[in-house]
Amino acid sequence: MRGVDVSETDVALRGLTKRFGEMVAVDNLDLDIPRGGFFALLGPSGCGKTTTLRMIGGFEEPTAGTIELAGKDITQQPPHKRDVNTVFQSYALFPHMTVAENVAFGLERKKVDKAERKTRVAEALELVELGALASRRPTQMSGGQQQRVALARALVNRPRALLLDEPLGALDLRLRKQLQLELSQIQRDVGITFIHVTHDQEEAMTMADTIAVMRDGRIDQLGSATELYDHPRTAFVANFLGNSNLIDADVVSSSGAFAEVDADGGARLRVPARALSPNSSAKIRIGVRPEKMKLEAANGTPQAGDSSALLGHIVDAAYIGLATQYVVRTDGGADLQVFVQNNSDANSGLNEGDRVVATWDPEHTFVVEREEPNAG
Amino acid sequence: MSESGEAAAPRGQAGGWLTLRRRNTLLPLALVIPGMLWLIIFYAIPIISQLWISLQTGNPDDGFAQTWNWAIYADSISEYSEQMLRSLQYAGTATIACFIIGFPLAYFMAFKAGRWRNLFLLLVILPFFTSLIVRTVAWQTILTDDSWITNALKTVGLVPQDGRLLATSFAVIAGITYNFLPFMVLPLYASLERMDRTLVEAATDLYASRWTAFRKITLPLAGPGIFAGVLLTFIPAIGDYINAQLLGTSQQYMIGNVIQSQYLVVREYPTAAALSFIMMVVVLLIIAVAARLIGTKRLSEAAVA
Repeated sequence: MRGVDVSETDVALRGLTKRFGEMVAVDNLDLDIPRGGFFALLGPSGCGKTTTLRMIGGFEEPTAGTIELAGKDITQQPPHKRDVNTVFQSYALFPHMTVAENVAFGLERKKVDKAERKTRVAEALELVELGALASRRPTQMSGGQQQRVALARALVNRPRALLLDEPLGALDLRLRKQLQLELSQIQRDVGITFIHVTHDQEEAMTMADTIAVMRDGRIDQLGSATELYDHPRTAFVANFLGNSNLIDADVVSSSGAFAEVDADGGARLRVPARALSPNSSAKIRIGVRPEKMKLEAANGTPQAGDSSALLGHIVDAAYIGLATQYVVRTDGGADLQVFVQNNSDANSGLNEGDRVVATWDPEHTFVVEREEPNAG
Repeated sequence: MSESGEAAAPRGQAGGWLTLRRRNTLLPLALVIPGMLWLIIFYAIPIISQLWISLQTGNPDDGFAQTWNWAIYADSISEYSEQMLRSLQYAGTATIACFIIGFPLAYFMAFKAGRWRNLFLLLVILPFFTSLIVRTVAWQTILTDDSWITNALKTVGLVPQDGRLLATSFAVIAGITYNFLPFMVLPLYASLERMDRTLVEAATDLYASRWTAFRKITLPLAGPGIFAGVLLTFIPAIGDYINAQLLGTSQQYMIGNVIQSQYLVVREYPTAAALSFIMMVVVLLIIAVAARLIGTKRLSEAAVA
């Protein structure tokens, strides 16, 4: 994990709103994007992440609110006056120019003199390992190469912030994985603020220091990948980033480091007290990641120890190579997903129909708000 | 061995002599033959016969005989150079006017018209639904000496009180511009319409103002459309005689009028044929120079993208 210096803000959004007719694409967004970090806007399609990015780039005019770049209000500035550059999803390389001419385009507009232009174009192409292809046309290149040209064309201008709109979306899985690593490496090398829009949670978690999970034009939760994964605050975040077992629970008592809750028809479970927000009601939902649970054959009642435990029986077991994926139906009627790594034969004795106890460290329990209308 | 031979036989019979390989060789021929025949019968043969006629001497009453009179080319040029230059000038001016009017229109249709796009396309080609003659006669009425438009222009002072619109170079050029505008607009529209608008966004993102983005991205990418539009307007305009005939006087006659009168009135077939040939060569030369200047390589590359 890289340390994030949040002392300086590069891009600040204040009450940013965008409506398309009746539809609210971005809803009163407040956001501070720290300088020099790799920031990801993550969310499903239609959540407003691309619209937000396009407003920062100057391609969409906000309905309300302001955008600040390095402390200056740029809301009313046209795109060509903004010190940000964009890597477009379709790359948008100029087909009538060579790779070098594409990369030099921004520098020419900024009237950088010819000798310096040449050096910087060569450096930028070197950075994305395309030095040898400078005189090619973009149409003669593969998708991965075009993506690198687009990156070089933006980075060569050394903008205050680089906007990436699903830059890896059009590439196949292997190439995407490779470029994810390269992109984070390049970001570390150049130290420019990257604002990355993606719907791929793994991509966001691999690359970004800070992730803002967006839903319906708002930010659901903001934090590092670990924070979001280990301590999701909403059911949406808990399910969008990986899998979660969510169980309705009622707070019974709260004292010291742990609170006690009743869940699943009477089981007494423990929840870290810090996971409960001061103003949360007694009716909550608790969550546990499938890989944080252990399964054992049940012998009588579970021992009340340090662990939280739920009794049930296996209704499905699927071997997926590195792990076995179990579905356990608890006595209270909830279906739990449990991933058991196949690193020993400890669980090999478990089969469908077996009575088991699922246990986990209470520290790994997170709490999300109970959303009454669609609580399941 | 014999088994495989027997197995192959029914398949061969089913396909007859038209095996897959034969089919693949014959198909391109089948595609090209109708067009080639058409061109040979209706283009190549008449061209050669015109060349043959142009070198004959004689008169309509006693008939013409082949005398290989190459001098007719030099004679025709010196006699009708005025009309030739006027044709180039009128067609050139009208082409420029078509571009100035047509480009914004095509741009609007491609990017701004939204759901009205098809309506505008229909409006652009609507004049074709009536005949060229009818349209041009309509212009006669519009430009005639006491028409409301002439009077309005006189009031504003754009036309002097004793001046007129009909029977001037202006009328002929305006008529050509009007009649050939769709030939300019449609190719321009086609090339703009398939342009990726993200490219313009990318240019403004890279510090280009809207005007610079237009100059550096939109215009070059519209290049093939501009080239096609210019050719489709200029070439027919150069040979046009209807506009000069109906909207001008003999002072505005173009080479088309001369050829027409040589063929149909004076019946000096060799001169008419020679003039047709000269115009054809001039047009080919102009296209060759234009293509070289703009660079066909760049054009085809832009067309691919």
